[in-house]
Amino acid sequence: MRALVIDDSRAMRRIVGQTLRGLGFEPVEAEHGQHALDLLAGDEPVPALACIDWNMPVMDGLTFVTRVRQNPQWRDMTLMMVTTESEHGQIVRALAAGAHEYLIKPFTTDAIRDKLELLGLVPVGESA
Amino acid sequence: MTISHDTFTFVADLVRRRSAILLEPGKEYLVESRLLPLAREAGASGVDQFVAQLRANPSPARTAVVVEALTTNETSWFRDVAPFDALRRHIVPELRAGGLGRLRVWSAACSTGQEAYSIAMTLQEVLVPTVAVEITATDLNEQVLERARSGTYTQLEVNRGLPAPTLVRHFQRHGSGWQVSDELRRWITFRQHNLLDVPPPGGPFDVVFLRNVLIYFDLPTKRAVLERVRAALRPGGYLVLGAAETTIGVHDDYERVVLDRATVYRSAGGRAAAAAPAAAPTTAATATAASLAAARSTLAGVPARPASAAVPPRPVLPTPARPAGSVFAPTSTRGAGLT
Repeated sequence: MRALVIDDSRAMRRIVGQTLRGLGFEPVEAEHGQHALDLLAGDEPVPALACIDWNMPVMDGLTFVTRVRQNPQWRDMTLMMVTTESEHGQIVRALAAGAHEYLIKPFTTDAIRDKLELLGLVPVGESA
Repeated sequence: MTISHDTFTFVADLVRRRSAILLEPGKEYLVESRLLPLAREAGASGVDQFVAQLRANPSPARTAVVVEALTTNETSWFRDVAPFDALRRHIVPELRAGGLGRLRVWSAACSTGQEAYSIAMTLQEVLVPTVAVEITATDLNEQVLERARSGTYTQLEVNRGLPAPTLVRHFQRHGSGWQVSDELRRWITFRQHNLLDVPPPGGPFDVVFLRNVLIYFDLPTKRAVLERVRAALRPGGYLVLGAAETTIGVHDDYERVVLDRATVYRSAGGRAAAAAPAAAPTTAATATAASLAAARSTLAGVPARPASAAVPPRPVLPTPARPAGSVFAPTSTRGAGLT
C-alpha cells in the first residue's frame, strides 16, 4: 500500500516514512500540499493513506485535506494529520474538513501504529 | 524467535527483586514481546543481545525501563478495540433487553484510568441518559489512582490509541495536556483495592474488566482472583480478560462466550459461592501491576505548542467520507491467545 507523507521537514518525512515502511507501506514524500496534489494527479494508484503536516509553505495541510475531500476519486484515501497544532479547535477543524485521524507532535513511533490500528490499516498487534 | 534460558532467568530475577512480580518459566513470550521494542530502539539484534548489553553495562535508568516494560499494565485507551466493541454491540444491548435501569462496571487493576474512562466514553455513546452508570475502578497503587482521579493525561498519552474524534468529544485542553470531561469523571469512583481482598463496594457488577493482570500470577493466585471476581459479578454478568488470558483450566464457574472478535466470560448463574481454593496465593498477588506508562519509544517531533485556555463549545462533527475514525473501525483479528 502506498502512503503519502506530506511535510516540509525532511527529517520528519524520514521518521514518518520509516515507521510506515516498517508497517508495510510504501511511502511517497511530498514537501507541501500542492506537491502532494500534483503527485495524486499522476498515473500512480491512489495511496491508501496520507500523513499530513499542517503548517507548510505553498499549500498547508488543512487546505490539502479540503481539496482532497472535494474529489470523489480520492474518497478511499485515509487522511491523518501529523502536526504540532494541538489546540482543541484546530483538531475539530481538521476532522470537520475530512481528516480521519489526528496525531500531535511530538509523538512516539508506536503512536503511529496505534492510530493506524484504530483506522484498520494495520492488523492489531500484541501488546508491546 | 525465542529468548535464551539465561536471558529469561536474568530478567525474571530482576523483575522479581524490583516488583515482586513473578515471571515463571512459560512467560518467555511476555518478556520477549515487552522487551523487543526496547531492543530494537537500542539497535540490538534481539532481546538476548539487548539483555546482554544491559548486563555488561548496567545503569539504573536502563534497568528501570526494563522493569517498567514488564510491570506496566496496558494503559492505552481503545488500542485493543475488541472488548469495547463487545461492550457496545453485545453486552449493553443484552442488558438493556433485560430491562436495565442501572449499569455497574468494575475496572480492576485500572492503573492510570485509561480503561475506566474508555468504558465511560463507550457507554455514553450507547446508553440513553435514563440508565445510571456506576463505574468502580480499582488499583493497588494509590499513586496511579491519584493520577486516574485527576483525569489528566499528557499529549503522548492521548496519542496512544485514542481516536481523535473521541479526544475532542470528551476532553479539554488542560495546561500542556488534556483532561477528561467532568461528566465522565463523575461516573467513576476510584478506590484502592487488592484483587485478593473482598471485592470493592459498588457491586454486584454487570461487567468486570480485568485485562492483562492474570498473566502476572501463578495458577493458585489466578484461581483466587477469579473466585473473588466471580463473587463480585451479578449471576450472568460478564468478565473481560486480556487477549492472552482465559478462565479455562483455571476456574470452572465461567462460560466462554465469543462476541465477534472478543472472547469474554460469563459468570455461571446463581450458584452459591464455591469454597475458596486450597492453595495459598503467592506474594505475586501483592505486585503492583500498574506503574506510570513510560514514553519509551522513539520520541519524534518537536514540543507541542503551549495550550491556550480557550476551549470551544462541544463540536458537532460531520461524518467523514468513511467512518474510519470510529473507535470500532474494522481491524483484522488479533493473534491467537498466548495462554
